[in-house]
Amino acid sequence: MRNIRLIARLDIKGANLIKGIHLDGLRVIGSPSEHSLRYYRQGIDEIVYLDCVASLYGRNHLCDIVSAAAKDIFVPMTVGGGIRSVADAFQILRAGADKVAVNTAAVADPSLITEIARQFGSQCMVLSVEAKQIGPERWEAFTNNGRERSGLDVIDWVKLGVSLGAGEILLTSVDREGTRKGFDIALVRAVSSEVSVPIIASGGMGKPEDLLGVVSEGGADGVAMADIIHYKRAEIWEIRAMAQAAGLGVRRYEQK
Amino acid sequence: MSKNEIVIIDYGVGNLLSVQRGFEYFGAKVTLTADHEKILNADRVVLPGVGAFGNAMRSLETLGLVSIIREIANLQKPLLGICLGMQLFMDESAEFGKTQGLGLIPGFVIQVPVRSLTGEELKIPHIGWSELRMSSEKTGWEGSLLQDNQPGDAAYFVHSFMALPSSPEYRLAHCIYSDYELPAVIGRNKITGCQFHPEKSGEVGLKILRRFMLQ
Repeated sequence: MRNIRLIARLDIKGANLIKGIHLDGLRVIGSPSEHSLRYYRQGIDEIVYLDCVASLYGRNHLCDIVSAAAKDIFVPMTVGGGIRSVADAFQILRAGADKVAVNTAAVADPSLITEIARQFGSQCMVLSVEAKQIGPERWEAFTNNGRERSGLDVIDWVKLGVSLGAGEILLTSVDREGTRKGFDIALVRAVSSEVSVPIIASGGMGKPEDLLGVVSEGGADGVAMADIIHYKRAEIWEIRAMAQAAGLGVRRYEQK
Repeated sequence: MSKNEIVIIDYGVGNLLSVQRGFEYFGAKVTLTADHEKILNADRVVLPGVGAFGNAMRSLETLGLVSIIREIANLQKPLLGICLGMQLFMDESAEFGKTQGLGLIPGFVIQVPVRSLTGEELKIPHIGWSELRMSSEKTGWEGSLLQDNQPGDAAYFVHSFMALPSSPEYRLAHCIYSDYELPAVIGRNKITGCQFHPEKSGEVGLKILRRFMLQ
């Protein structure tokens, strides 16, 4: 059985870890370094950093945060927000990231997916998709942190992205994000049944048990957690133990 | 160089910073370089790598590093290959047409199976945490870089290709992927290859890096 990944998602604005609802109404949580170190020590499998205003202002503060994190965090890090070119991706990877997540710039120019995949390998190229439901079993991809419509159908876009070289999909439900109402399982299932690359489900995890359905019914390979761990509503070991007890494959980790 | 100095070969691929930070965590002095003399003078050498086999071999050739790495192996200095770096140790790879490797461990590189034995489609690349298991030929990991680890320890893998040594004696550990055993750690003399990323495998991986510094 394949182990699913428990992933901490840190949305960053400037130097702060923030959290919103539907990717909006951002509240400052605290220091990204402190939180990510805490998650590492609790046995998180992976960390995702997303600069949520970078694509708006065309700049990125993440390099410093990532290179500081790489000093004492030894799990994979994915970094996104404001990556527009192979050069941007290179800079982020050099700073200690393992993968880059791209949304807005890939929608504007899908060939960027191929360029990054060719240069660094598909495993480095995470396509970040912000999905809003627009009808029964229909979702549209949004850009600029859930602010702008792209006109792209999520399923079509993901299929195109994978054919262009995306090695993983970070799939955020804007409708569920920050609501604690549970994952959009139908969305995750619709995407995971169409492509063979790993899918990270993001948005809506309100309680540890929420991850069961999105994995077993949705086919997610990983779950991104934000609100639930940032506000300490559950500890990572608790979530891991719950998943294990429910029969899901998760990494064996002994807390020190 | 003293025992805690390590050279990481910088040939333009991969996230070298994390490997560097992994060793620095234990107080090692780490140099990233493609300089022949510095590499030859090192006590221990790391060959990292992410990306395609052919591109990596071409970079090594362009930088004149193929013979240098072979020399390190001949000198019996500890040599650690990570991910693609491990695959480069083999004789040959089938990734995008046949490419010659460094030929330090007999065997070749093939694609991770894309279907299970029952025909079910598998997700490629193999990304995520998988448990290390002792290869059936081994009775223990004593004396290897896995000395401080236990079977069942999980490590972080990201790969679409895998190194298959021609003889079981070079296999130290594998992981299970669907119906298959994928080689996870291989070794010959003082050469060790890790398919997973020890620098991204938390405490489990740090133990391997620390053991390499003591080798």
